[in-house]
Amino acid sequence: MSRNVASRRAVFVAGLRTPFAKAGTVLRDTTAADLARHCTRELLYRSELPGDEVDEVIYSQVVPSPLVPNVAREVSLLPQFPRTIPAYTLNRACASGAQAITNASDQIAMGHADVILAGGVELLSDVPILHTRKFSQILQAAAKAKSLPERLGIFAQVRPRDLAPVAPAIAEPSTGESMGQSAEKMAKENGITREAQDELALMSHQRAAIGQRDGRLTVEVAPWFGGREMDRVVLTDNLIRPDTTMEALAKLKPVFDRKYGTVTAGNASPLTDGAATVLMMEEQKARSLGYRPLTTVRSYAVAAVDPGWQLLMGPAYAVPIALQRAGISWQELGLVEIHEAFASQVLSNVQAWGSKEWAQRLGLAAPVGEVDWSRTNVMGGSLAVGHPFAATGARLVTTLSNEMVRRDVQFGLISICAQGGMGFAMVLERVP
Amino acid sequence: MSAAFSVAHRGGVAVVTFDLPNEPVNKISKAAGWELEELLQRLADDEVVKAIVLCSGKPDTFIAGADIEEFLQLESVEEAVRLSRDGQLLMQRVADSPKPVVAAIHGACVGGGLELALACRYRVISDHPRTQLGLPETQLGLLPGAGGSNRLPRLIGVRAALDIILAGKSERAQKAYRLGLADELVPQAILIDTAVAAAERLARGWKPPRRRLTMTDRLLDRTPLGRRIVYSKAKSAVEAKTGGNYPAPLRALEVVRVAMESGMARGLAAEAEAFGELAMTDVSRRLIEIFFATTALKKDDGVPAGIGHATPIRRLGVVGSGFMGSGIAGTAVLQAGVQVRIKDADLSRAGKGVHTATSLLEQRVKRRRMSRHEYQRQRALLTATGDWSGFAGAELVVEAVFEDLTVKRQVVAEIESAVPATTVIGTNTSTIPIGEIAAEARHPERIVGIHFFSPVEKMPLLEVIPHEGSSADAVVTAVQFGRRMGKTVVVVADSPGFWVNRILSPYLNEAGFLLEEGVPIEVIDAAMTAWGFPVGPVALLDEVGLDVGEKAGKVMHQAFGDRLRPSRVIGVMRADERLGRKNSRGFYFYKDGRKAGADGSIYRLLGVRSAAEVDHERVTDRLVFAMLNEAAMAMSEGVVRLPRDADIGAIFGIGFPPFRGGPLRTLDALGAAEVVAKLERLAQLHGPRFTPAPVLQEMARTGGKWYPAVPAR
Repeated sequence: MSRNVASRRAVFVAGLRTPFAKAGTVLRDTTAADLARHCTRELLYRSELPGDEVDEVIYSQVVPSPLVPNVAREVSLLPQFPRTIPAYTLNRACASGAQAITNASDQIAMGHADVILAGGVELLSDVPILHTRKFSQILQAAAKAKSLPERLGIFAQVRPRDLAPVAPAIAEPSTGESMGQSAEKMAKENGITREAQDELALMSHQRAAIGQRDGRLTVEVAPWFGGREMDRVVLTDNLIRPDTTMEALAKLKPVFDRKYGTVTAGNASPLTDGAATVLMMEEQKARSLGYRPLTTVRSYAVAAVDPGWQLLMGPAYAVPIALQRAGISWQELGLVEIHEAFASQVLSNVQAWGSKEWAQRLGLAAPVGEVDWSRTNVMGGSLAVGHPFAATGARLVTTLSNEMVRRDVQFGLISICAQGGMGFAMVLERVP
Repeated sequence: MSAAFSVAHRGGVAVVTFDLPNEPVNKISKAAGWELEELLQRLADDEVVKAIVLCSGKPDTFIAGADIEEFLQLESVEEAVRLSRDGQLLMQRVADSPKPVVAAIHGACVGGGLELALACRYRVISDHPRTQLGLPETQLGLLPGAGGSNRLPRLIGVRAALDIILAGKSERAQKAYRLGLADELVPQAILIDTAVAAAERLARGWKPPRRRLTMTDRLLDRTPLGRRIVYSKAKSAVEAKTGGNYPAPLRALEVVRVAMESGMARGLAAEAEAFGELAMTDVSRRLIEIFFATTALKKDDGVPAGIGHATPIRRLGVVGSGFMGSGIAGTAVLQAGVQVRIKDADLSRAGKGVHTATSLLEQRVKRRRMSRHEYQRQRALLTATGDWSGFAGAELVVEAVFEDLTVKRQVVAEIESAVPATTVIGTNTSTIPIGEIAAEARHPERIVGIHFFSPVEKMPLLEVIPHEGSSADAVVTAVQFGRRMGKTVVVVADSPGFWVNRILSPYLNEAGFLLEEGVPIEVIDAAMTAWGFPVGPVALLDEVGLDVGEKAGKVMHQAFGDRLRPSRVIGVMRADERLGRKNSRGFYFYKDGRKAGADGSIYRLLGVRSAAEVDHERVTDRLVFAMLNEAAMAMSEGVVRLPRDADIGAIFGIGFPPFRGGPLRTLDALGAAEVVAKLERLAQLHGPRFTPAPVLQEMARTGGKWYPAVPAR
């Protein structure tokens, strides 16, 4: 490992993901750990990387199973690796996967590691269902009881309502507002029309379908072997609808405000299962192993807004900071990947980046930039492909890096909104 | 000779460590026995010593048994009885030692080793997977002759003891403890401490608690009537299993009966007498020879010593995900613990291949031979791919695709473009010459034939077949990896059918000719099972599959001419869409995948009548001598390097009766002159295919043998 920290740079070498699948469908019978392990192991084989070259595994998961709180360690305990690779799992909500990658990048630049596997997994088919607090207190007390009568006495306190299971909701703990309600609020306050939202969704599906057809999208996907005999092969994301239309999208009923709402199942990202992993290396190391580095993390930034305000406006703040840290302007971006949690959220952020009032609020001389849709989300986004929370960051980095090489673009931007009012932005630079 | 036993004193306990110099494992030889007796006497006289702990200085064996080489030198029953008596006396000394002896057992403790442990006052064993306790003597045609046949049933009851002795079984630590073979089961780290503590307690007069018996134990093991039921059941089970070909288990049963019903003195006398007689039987000699042959094969890489460098395998590529490919993959994971990547152009087949391979691991879990966690780990070693990704790191790639020369050449070419030049490529075929598969390869030197038998996880044999241009490195790599997969590996020449299928070919053909003559299926198969084969030739054809059999038959006919001309039978069966077990339509009926009686349709299909009268001896002779003659022919062509490999190949590859020692041992036992005479008669009656092999005729003239006589030492 080179000690000369100044000369060190982390590069993206390869990325791979599982098919993204609607929660409750083809991936529902697996576990998050198995999904993460499968994806990472396949990346290892596809990049022909011997397991003992890996220094660390950084993984992420937004809704972990209480039984496997550190999924990263389960990944690093794959038999393809020595059993001595440290691993941790982080959580920065929907920016988790991106955070894992920037953490890896930082660790490599600092000289703490040469090769890191980073990624994220979400199995929303298998969210933990909890007992009520009361019932779990009763169970704990009963476990400590010394006699059968005492134990029965404790159980006698159980009331039917204590037995109702508690499922986690995608809602802000600080405000109780759900993601969808926030998206609805943003659509109204920022004047984002139903039609504009549906148009974005349509574009997302159409572009993803093209990417799937011409193979640019499928090349990033490791086959999943499902079914009792592992012979049901899943090669593609099952949420993409190549033949959807404005008419079909218009027929959908608003979900979060039935009367005046505009956010529907068609213009919101669905609950999704999936995993994605990227291989990050120190540049010289990568070259000495015979790899061709694709991109490097030029800069990144995280910002947060008051969750009680417009929950998903974080990117409006984070992107200009990342650009400033990269020392480049919006105009220099050859490709942009905006995570599509909700169409209304994407369009709200796009509006802010192009607005003079926002520029003033951010203390900028001019607006951040106008989005050029011919260079933005060119293979669709989370609305079509799906959004397994922690896996999305690694998917975006992989898709963007590969496409930057195809189009020979120098700079690319990733923008992700996250729960808690956070926004995450990352500038990738092509490595020649 | 340097001392095998050393003593360390821990307070009043003498810790005796057995560490046989210049040997990988401890064995109880005559010399070691004398040394131990002397030592015990010395410790008995030593006032400081209050108790003794016996342990091993070898890493993963306690004592691997008696020195079997000494058995082969026995020349008379009397001498063998004396050997047994000496062993019994040694054990009696241990049992009668005024200073209590405690055995601290880690690793294999079998045969004479367990008999020694049984003579100790107390046994502590480690809970390590390598710790195994057993009495394998009957597998060598013998019985436990140093008191084991007497002490084991007394310790753990007749039923459990017979279970071990009659089958020659070994039990893992947990099971051994459950059975009462050991008094304590502890982690290896505290084994000696625990044994020393127990020895101290025993020295102070402590009486170890007795095991609690279940109701069944009480009724069956502790009453004469119960035991009578046990003996009679065991007897019929043994008779069914050995078919009267193996005398040892029955003798052992009788000895245990005497030991339990007539007292230990008579029991020991019966034990020594039975041991003496068994030790001089041909069956025991053959089984011991096989034991030595397989042991020798474990060290023989099939190339002259000193040349050839094996690549250690960490990653295995398997091409083709059918029954063979997935069997190879699963066995490689299970036995060798390597990463296995299965490649099949059809992804769903590749996935299914992984599933099939994984089911081998699942069986282990179900039988509690593997923990859930270990299963999860091993399962992750198996992956499937539709392209060649992940192959660049494979040190060995085995192709198990369809048996077709063009397909195999194409696959070899694809493998070569996916792997570095150092990767060894094994081609799994039963009929296609390896040289032809390798002919167009860029690096033919790294290609070697690897012939697995089906089902891979069960069949113990592997044929490794170098073609003319194979490098010694490739051969050694394949041989050593085959061994890691748990196989006995023989290196054979690149000649059609190699060894095993070569000698099988005329045998299966002859079964076909017998069918053509109307000999009943059951008669043919019964003749061979009576002769000692596990299944008869007709049932074997069903197992192998008639499509495979047909293909092999044609190849052999083409290569060797009319001597190996197949019968009409397989063609007729194929025309009737009969493939054998695989489509549940064969010579036999199959119900829910199980064989259910002979299906007589073949006679109708052939247009012959089932013969009413059959000369059973003639049936046996035709089948056996067809095989023996071909074996001699192949040997004279140099298909196999050594008679040893040929016999082991036949025993492990097709179940040639072990008690006969293999086809060449059988030829030697009959004598070439008699064999030639028999073949000439068969040739007169049934045609020139029985013409004696020239090498046999030559041996008949000179009185030659395949094996040199055992030199008396």
